[in-house]
Amino acid sequence: MASTTTESSRILHEIETLKSARSDLDRRISSLESQLRDLNHHQNNGVSHAPSASVSTLDSTFPHGLSPDMIYRYSRHLLLPSFGVQAQSRLLKSSILVVGAGGLGSPALMYLAACGAGRLGIVDHDVVELNNMHRQIIHTEAYIGRSKVESAAATCHSINSTVQIVEHKEALRTSNALEIFSKYDIIVDATDNAPSRYMISDCCVVLGKPLVSGAAVGLEGQLTVYNYNGGPCYRCLFPTPPPTTACQRCSDSGVLGVVPGIIGCLQALEAIKIASAVGEPLSGRMLLFDALAARIRTVKIRGRSLQCEVCGENSKFKAAQFQEFDYEKFTQSPLSTSPLRLKLLEPHSRISAKEYSDRLRNGESHVLLDVRPEHHFKIVSLPNSLNVPLASLDGRLEEVGLALKEEEHKQGSDSSSGDVQLYVVCRRGNDSQRAVKALQEKGFTSAKDIIGGLEGWAREVDPTYPAY
Amino acid sequence: MQLTLEFGGGLELLCDSVKIHDVSVDPENGAGTLIMKDLLSWVRSNLIKERPEMFMKGDTVRPGVLVLVNDCDWELSGQLDTPLEEKDVVVFISTLHGG
Repeated sequence: MASTTTESSRILHEIETLKSARSDLDRRISSLESQLRDLNHHQNNGVSHAPSASVSTLDSTFPHGLSPDMIYRYSRHLLLPSFGVQAQSRLLKSSILVVGAGGLGSPALMYLAACGAGRLGIVDHDVVELNNMHRQIIHTEAYIGRSKVESAAATCHSINSTVQIVEHKEALRTSNALEIFSKYDIIVDATDNAPSRYMISDCCVVLGKPLVSGAAVGLEGQLTVYNYNGGPCYRCLFPTPPPTTACQRCSDSGVLGVVPGIIGCLQALEAIKIASAVGEPLSGRMLLFDALAARIRTVKIRGRSLQCEVCGENSKFKAAQFQEFDYEKFTQSPLSTSPLRLKLLEPHSRISAKEYSDRLRNGESHVLLDVRPEHHFKIVSLPNSLNVPLASLDGRLEEVGLALKEEEHKQGSDSSSGDVQLYVVCRRGNDSQRAVKALQEKGFTSAKDIIGGLEGWAREVDPTYPAY
Repeated sequence: MQLTLEFGGGLELLCDSVKIHDVSVDPENGAGTLIMKDLLSWVRSNLIKERPEMFMKGDTVRPGVLVLVNDCDWELSGQLDTPLEEKDVVVFISTLHGG
């Protein structure tokens, strides 16, 4: 047993060493590549100057301002009759800010870099995690644990080194949003929570910037353009924030990786259309994507509301009001995606994961109730736990009573002391508290929750226990 | 009156995870017309299986739910007073925030 532990820690160590060596190599390669590009660039310029004055067409700048390299790089855009040189030139002069370098932001940023947006800003305060990789395709494994903005900027640069990438490694707040947004023509909302969405929309209204807004959860996505050409803002559509229980998050509800990918691509498309003044941006309309049914429908939504608190006719919402607005209070949810940590119970109704493991080892007679949804239970569960999801707990109390009786019966035969204990566990320790509360009200007065849930178990008892 | 009702953005979870419902709803008291207000209360008592507060607040939908009658925001057709006709398609969709 001990030797296996030593062996696995040796392997882990070696992996770390190799990874670090690899990222050093990556850095050296990319630095050399960039040196080589510079050299080639000078060389090409040199060659273009070499011939006699009679063939000096390359010296003169074309009226559209595209260099020979640009003409070649963007040739497939230039060949499109409905896009062409004019649209590409506008795109090259545009500046676009993408808020969030996650599932939506990944493809949006990659396409915006590739297509030649003049200046591309990235806002995010998060670091890359292993459980991001299935959908946040701009990041690579070498960047796990490092800033998402740095990682995204490196990828964008490697796709198109002629685009100016601006890194904003900070959380977007009312205190910095105006300053950051004011440097860009178009804003792309690729965030993942309600308060950010209100804040970004309001800031766009205050500064008069068009907003390309996308969202995706589970197997569905939504897309629209706000505050464009007299169209509605986010608040025109949603003047009152939804209840927090209606705000599903990818980290709770799950998301099929390609779904935000599709919406992020469409966000890039809308930003390109606005920047290049081509086509009809998705303003006053909303695109709804259903991945399971393979269906995209575009619906007509209301126009700008004259009564809108932010963009309406008599609105007094200006920069000063924006900076003082409390978006977390307004939506009753946090701007950062840090998971909720409820505290519903008295200390005597709770035990730590460590203490539970001690009691387990001492052979204490108990029932362990796991109140996570069934599909969570299937991913991983503690031994001998009984799965009764919180949503169906009310109707299945009898099962809990029965399990306790059975345990009592077992105990009776070897007549040790004390009652059978009832412990409740979930993923993070929130639902278990709700369940304990409900159980106590129904007469299971000794019910206790395991603080921090299975995540607590992984932290305090078994570091190898799978996180999800 | 034959109608197609669709639930999305998570609202389908309130009706046994079924997204599309082909239903027959008749105006009450023999009144000739059915309006959205009538349909909402019909949906609430016939289709919503759990947490009705996730669907409605007061006599209308809760904040964050878009209602589309034939692919058009009901704000443009009179909200609760929107008249319904045979074979209309009504979509209830919860706005998404994730990404």
